[in-house]
Amino acid sequence: MQPTFSSSRILLPVRPWFIFFSLIAAVALNFLPTAHWPGMPDWVALVLCFWSVREFRRVGMGWAFILGLLMDVADGSVLGQHCFAYVLLAYVSTSLSRRLLWFPLAQQALQVMPLLFGAQLIQALMRLAVGAEFPGWSYFIAPLIETLLWIPATFVLLLPQYRPVEQDPDRPI
Amino acid sequence: MAGIDHAPPPFFKRGPAPLALLTFYVAISLALFVVDLRFRSLDLLRQSIALLVDPVQRVAQTPGSLVDYAANYLQGMRELQHENSELKHAQLNTAPNLQRLLQLEAENERLRKLLAVKEREKANGQVAQILYTARDPFSRKVIVDKGQQSGIVAGQPAIDEAGVVGQVTRVFPFSAEITLITDKDQAVPVQIVRSGHRSVVFGLGNGQLELRYMPANADVQVGDILVTSGLDSVYLPGFPVAKVVNIERDSAYSFARIFCVPVAGVENFGEIMVLDPRQPLPPAPPESAGRGGDIGDKAALRQKKKRAAKSN
Repeated sequence: MQPTFSSSRILLPVRPWFIFFSLIAAVALNFLPTAHWPGMPDWVALVLCFWSVREFRRVGMGWAFILGLLMDVADGSVLGQHCFAYVLLAYVSTSLSRRLLWFPLAQQALQVMPLLFGAQLIQALMRLAVGAEFPGWSYFIAPLIETLLWIPATFVLLLPQYRPVEQDPDRPI
Repeated sequence: MAGIDHAPPPFFKRGPAPLALLTFYVAISLALFVVDLRFRSLDLLRQSIALLVDPVQRVAQTPGSLVDYAANYLQGMRELQHENSELKHAQLNTAPNLQRLLQLEAENERLRKLLAVKEREKANGQVAQILYTARDPFSRKVIVDKGQQSGIVAGQPAIDEAGVVGQVTRVFPFSAEITLITDKDQAVPVQIVRSGHRSVVFGLGNGQLELRYMPANADVQVGDILVTSGLDSVYLPGFPVAKVVNIERDSAYSFARIFCVPVAGVENFGEIMVLDPRQPLPPAPPESAGRGGDIGDKAALRQKKKRAAKSN
C-alpha cells in the first residue's frame, strides 16, 4: 500500500509537531557514538530530504539552514559546511517533489540517491578545497545506505498519517 | 464592491520565491564558511549554539559510555590482579629514579642558577576526561569535559601518561576541543633525543606523523624518539611526541621522508592532562641582534656595550 497521488489511499494531514519531533530525533541519532562507524547514514539529511519532498510548505531551506548550523557545531566542522549542503538538498528535493511522488518507492529512492550523494560530495569538496584530509571512501557509502533507508523511512515517517484499514461506514473520513 | 483590493488573497501568500531564498541561504552559508575558516571570528556564535547542543550530545553519548563502564566492571578479577601486580612492578622499577627526582630537580635548579640560565618551567595542569570524538571525518579532534568554567584557554597542550596528545583549539563553556597531533597539518616542534637535531613534525591524517625539513643525509634512524623542543611557546621541552618507524631517502629530493607514530595513545579514549599555558617568551630581539631567545638578547646587549666602548 504505497500512498502516492496515483494510489487510492488517502493520508491524514500531517501534524507539525511530528515533523519537528522527527527532525530533532534525526539530530539525536546523528549524535550517537555509532556515527563513527563507517557508512553510518546522515539521518538529518535523510529526514530533511523526506519532509522537503512531502511537506515543502512546512519544511524547507530555513529548517535546512538551522539544522545545518546545529550539525556544524556538534561535529566540530567549519560553520556553513552542513548549512550549504542541506540548503541545496532542501531546494532540489522541494523542486523535485511534484514529480517524485508519482513513482513507486524503489524508483523514488533511485531518484533521491543523486541528491543525497550530492549533499555528501559538496561537503567533501568544500573541505578538501581548503586543505582538509581525505576522509576515505567509506564516507561515500553513507548516501547509498541513506538511499536504501528511503523505503523504511517513508513507512515510519508516514505512520501517524495512515488511516485505519477497516473503516467505520458511519464515519467515512 | 466596496473597494477593489489589488493584493492577492492571503491564502496565496507564499513568501519570497524559492530561488531568492536559495540565493539568500547559500550566500549566508558561504559567508559563514569563509569567515569561520579565515578569520575565526565566529567563536561566540559557535559557543552559544554549543551551549544548546552540548547537553543533548552528552546524553546521546551515555549508552556507549554505559557499555564501556559495564565492560570495565565485569572485567575479570584475575585480569585486575595481574594488572595490579604489573603496575606495582613498574612502580618499583621506576622508584630509584623517582625518589631521586626531587633531589635532582633541586640540584638542577641550583646549577642553573649558578650558570645564570633561566629557570626551568614546571609543568602543571588539570586532568580532563575525553567525552567523545568529534564527528567531523575531515579532521582528528576530541572533546574533553573541562572548558571555560575550569579556566581552559585555546592553545594549551594536552598529554597522556606516555606523551603529547594534542592541543586545545576551541573552548566552550563546559567542554573544550582538542586537535590531536595526528590531525593533518597540526605541527609540533620537536628535537631528536639521540642527535639533538631540531625539526617540526606534522600530522598526516592517517594516524601517522611526518618529520619534515630534514636533509636527505640527516642523522635519523628508525627507532629514534622525538621530544618537544619547546621552541614554540606552547609545549614545554622534553615531552615525548613520536617514534620514527620508516625512513625513505630518495636522492631526487633534498629532504628525506621520515614517518613516525605517536608515542601517546592519541586515538584512545581515557583521561588526559591539559597543561597550563606556558609563561610568555621574552620579547623577540630586534632583527640585527642574532638568532633569538635569551642568548640573543644578551649578545645584543654585549654588542651594544662594545660599540659604546669603541666610540668612546
